[in-house]
Amino acid sequence: MAKKSKGAAASGPAHRSVEMGVAIFIGLLALITIGGGLAVGIDWGAEGPKAGFFPFYVGLFILGSSLINLWHALRNNPSDKLFAEWIQLRQVMSVVIPTTIYVFLIPWIGIYVASLLLIALFMRWLGKYGWGYVAAVAAGTPLVIFVVFEKWFLVPLPKGPIEEFLGL
Amino acid sequence: MEELSNLFHGFAVVLQPFNIMVMVVGILLGVIIGVLPGLGGANGVAILLPLTFSMSPTSAIIMLSCIYWGALFGGAITSVLFNIPGEPWSVATTFDGYPMAQQGKAGEALTAAFTSSFVGALFAVIMITLVAPLVAKFALEFGPAEKFGVYFLAFCSFVGMSKEPPAKTVASMMIGFALGAVGLDQMTGQLRLTFGVTELLTGFDFLIAVIGLFGIGEILLTMEEGLSFKGRAAVINLRVVIQTWKELPRYWMTSLRSCLIGCWMGVTPAGATPASFMSYGIAKRMSKRGNNFGNGEIEGVVAPETAAHAAGTSALLPMLALGVPGSPTAAVLLGGLLIWGLQPGPMLFIEQKDFVWGLIASMYLGNVVGLIIVLTCVPLFAAILRIPFSIIAPIILVLCAIGAYSVHNSTFDVVMMMVFGVAGYLLKKCGYPLAPLVLAIVLGDKAEESFRQSLLASQGSLGIFWSNGLVGTIMALGLIALFWPLIQAGLSRLRSIAPA
Amino acid sequence: MTRSSKRYLLGAMAAISVAGIFAPAMAAWEPTRPVEFIIPAGTGGGADQMARTIQGIVTKHNLMKQPMVVINKSGGAGGEGFLDVKASKGNPHKIIITLSNLFTTPMATGIPFNWKDLTPVAMLALDEFVLWVNAEKPYKSVKDFVDAAKAANGTFKMSGTGSKQEDQIITEAIQKSTGAKFIYIPERGGGAVAVQLVGNHVDSTVNNPIEAVAHWRGGKLKPLCVFDSKKLDYKEKIAGDLSWNSIPTCKSQGLNTEYLMLRGIFMSPGATKEQVDYYIALFRKVRETPEWKKLMEDGAFNTTFMTGDAYVKWVATEEKRHEELMKAAGFMAK
Repeated sequence: MAKKSKGAAASGPAHRSVEMGVAIFIGLLALITIGGGLAVGIDWGAEGPKAGFFPFYVGLFILGSSLINLWHALRNNPSDKLFAEWIQLRQVMSVVIPTTIYVFLIPWIGIYVASLLLIALFMRWLGKYGWGYVAAVAAGTPLVIFVVFEKWFLVPLPKGPIEEFLGL
Repeated sequence: MEELSNLFHGFAVVLQPFNIMVMVVGILLGVIIGVLPGLGGANGVAILLPLTFSMSPTSAIIMLSCIYWGALFGGAITSVLFNIPGEPWSVATTFDGYPMAQQGKAGEALTAAFTSSFVGALFAVIMITLVAPLVAKFALEFGPAEKFGVYFLAFCSFVGMSKEPPAKTVASMMIGFALGAVGLDQMTGQLRLTFGVTELLTGFDFLIAVIGLFGIGEILLTMEEGLSFKGRAAVINLRVVIQTWKELPRYWMTSLRSCLIGCWMGVTPAGATPASFMSYGIAKRMSKRGNNFGNGEIEGVVAPETAAHAAGTSALLPMLALGVPGSPTAAVLLGGLLIWGLQPGPMLFIEQKDFVWGLIASMYLGNVVGLIIVLTCVPLFAAILRIPFSIIAPIILVLCAIGAYSVHNSTFDVVMMMVFGVAGYLLKKCGYPLAPLVLAIVLGDKAEESFRQSLLASQGSLGIFWSNGLVGTIMALGLIALFWPLIQAGLSRLRSIAPA
Repeated sequence: MTRSSKRYLLGAMAAISVAGIFAPAMAAWEPTRPVEFIIPAGTGGGADQMARTIQGIVTKHNLMKQPMVVINKSGGAGGEGFLDVKASKGNPHKIIITLSNLFTTPMATGIPFNWKDLTPVAMLALDEFVLWVNAEKPYKSVKDFVDAAKAANGTFKMSGTGSKQEDQIITEAIQKSTGAKFIYIPERGGGAVAVQLVGNHVDSTVNNPIEAVAHWRGGKLKPLCVFDSKKLDYKEKIAGDLSWNSIPTCKSQGLNTEYLMLRGIFMSPGATKEQVDYYIALFRKVRETPEWKKLMEDGAFNTTFMTGDAYVKWVATEEKRHEELMKAAGFMAK
């Protein structure tokens, strides 16, 4: 598959397979859209064109263009072109995974505690800062956010058991 | 020149020291609102409202309108620095503003953005001062067909200009339309594409898509390339303002054109978002350096910002004269009027002269004060880029999450934001342009709505889009814009044949 | 210290601390956090104008120690707002203003919501509906209008707010009553509807008074009749010699349709009696202010005020009526 470049072995997923994957995924979205359009009707009703009219044709357009994209991906991409190197993807995943966990934690422990953990993790793990500095920024940011959003601008943000305990 | 004497009277009111102080407070607050995703004008009003009851209605409305100016200025800051547009009309600013920041020219980009905003707003205020009644009448000409024409023109002038393969551009734009269609269909009151998921009832808000696609997607791309924001070399002293100003007059033509587009879009109910996209698209076609748009051309910042602010400002006119707010922030101003017992409508200009001219005078001064404030802060904003990536990145992620959450107070939206983030990364890597997608989410449902309203009114005949001079002209302009590359090629061929 | 005196001391301390905990519960309940005031409709419409005016009144007259924050949640024809309040069980800091979409939205879309999911607080007023036409049109009476609509043979355009909501229900009722056929064109808000009529893009609307009054005063629109059983009370002159009181009822003009819309307050489910009473008292105070009276006059509202069982009964009757209307028009979700 991937052609070994000089020196260090740069390997990773082929650009072609990722591109094909994206095109197929978009094609699936198109099918969902078409199905959703058909479900609510695509012809002329009492209120003019029915609700599904527009999504249906949009779905057809997406389907058509994603087929073209799939074909292009098959034909035009040299198979040895890399999407990204594994090491780069690891970097990307080092953001994606903690942030995804963060996003799912928010409903349970509130945005403040979750943010504290996220910032601390990033600074300690990726930035290698000393604990004191990490603690200051990680605790300070949610505090500032709390004051600005909740106290000042009166925007309620999701809170967890700890805030409940503190009576905030 | 009754208007001018009225205006000078207005200036006299506004120039009282107390009112100037009120202005500064309003603008600073507005800038904060513009910068922080998740805060809107409504929040600003909530804090300021108790304060305003100790003032005259004129001072109070000056304060509220200055929040509006501040928010307009502030929206550009995150677009340039982090590729995160806080408002729909700042999306086009990211196209060249963010690349400029990456090249270490954040200061220049911000100065250009702020100055253009000011120019656009000033142009619009002058227009309001001189021809307000005429303009209000023009706004009434816009029925469903004309509105659709405007959206059509916005799409046409923007599409076909990207370097990406056409099939990818079409796919991207159509995905935007599909996402925009999710939720309640305004025309039939039916739910569609929600598949029984209650969270989808409200559809995909533009802000969630844009925070994910542009903001999170950009952080992921940055991670792939190593751990730092480019652009740490940004100049952080005020000299950059003067240097940029020397360069700006060169783009007077773009600026003027954008002002006109902005005023026109602002008065029609279409508003600032189509104005900024349209102006960017047209500038790209007209400019000699059009091919370099998207790689950090200062003209690509000037065009959308000028148009967006000209539109944002002139949109206040239909609000005052007809009572129809053009944007959520304008709606907040409208709320302000109502609280003081001022009923917007055609009679406001006749019965509440002091108030109206005080407000117009405050538009002039509010923008001057705003420009001074944000320009002095340019070095400060540029310095944000010097914060190490491993500190600023999680903070941006947190602010993005807050922004996504507060659109509908829903944690589901935060999850969607993350999905959009990963999708943005993949799409960008695979060469799909993201701008058409965002444009379609923002305008898609409105365009569909006016299209179906028109067809309903005409009982299915497409002739309604050519039924009068106004809509016909707009549609023709749209077609010209769509086929401009072909027309241009044809013209240059003619020219090369003619001398021979 | 002897053991008994120690015990006595402990007992006294316990008594004090118990009293300390229960004392606030004895006093009347008051908000301890900012109160969110949800509007299940867009900006600029009738509900929005009323809610924002209330926010102004509460703030100006210091009626509440905590601030009031107005939030528009118009997604899904207001479903977004209703579901949000429904989900905030036990949060007494959330109230919502309602319009007819309290009934029509769940019926037309099938979203899992019913007004019984919320805690009723009070009816603030009833909003009237008026048949408006462009002032340039020659119609002098409802009869002229209906004749013109019939002559247009199904191309007469009526615009209104939203789809399958109150405006379209009234349009349906007019069609039934007169036999004239209209094309109903939905817009997003009452303000936009009125502007479409001023711009002559549609032929008529059934705007609420407050949405169209500015254009009436400006000489752009004229009212033909009001969809109420009696004339409006307000006699102050608005346009020339005309006042709200000079508009005839539709019934007297041969158009047998009546419709009034609830402008009421509900709060999140699970609220205690003290909490409901607090808000009732608050809105009683709001109703006493001159600003509220001016709003009522500007918008020619029917100022009926109801709380408790009377309110619940009224809402239940209205729900039934809407169900019949929606069924008859074929607007129910399948």
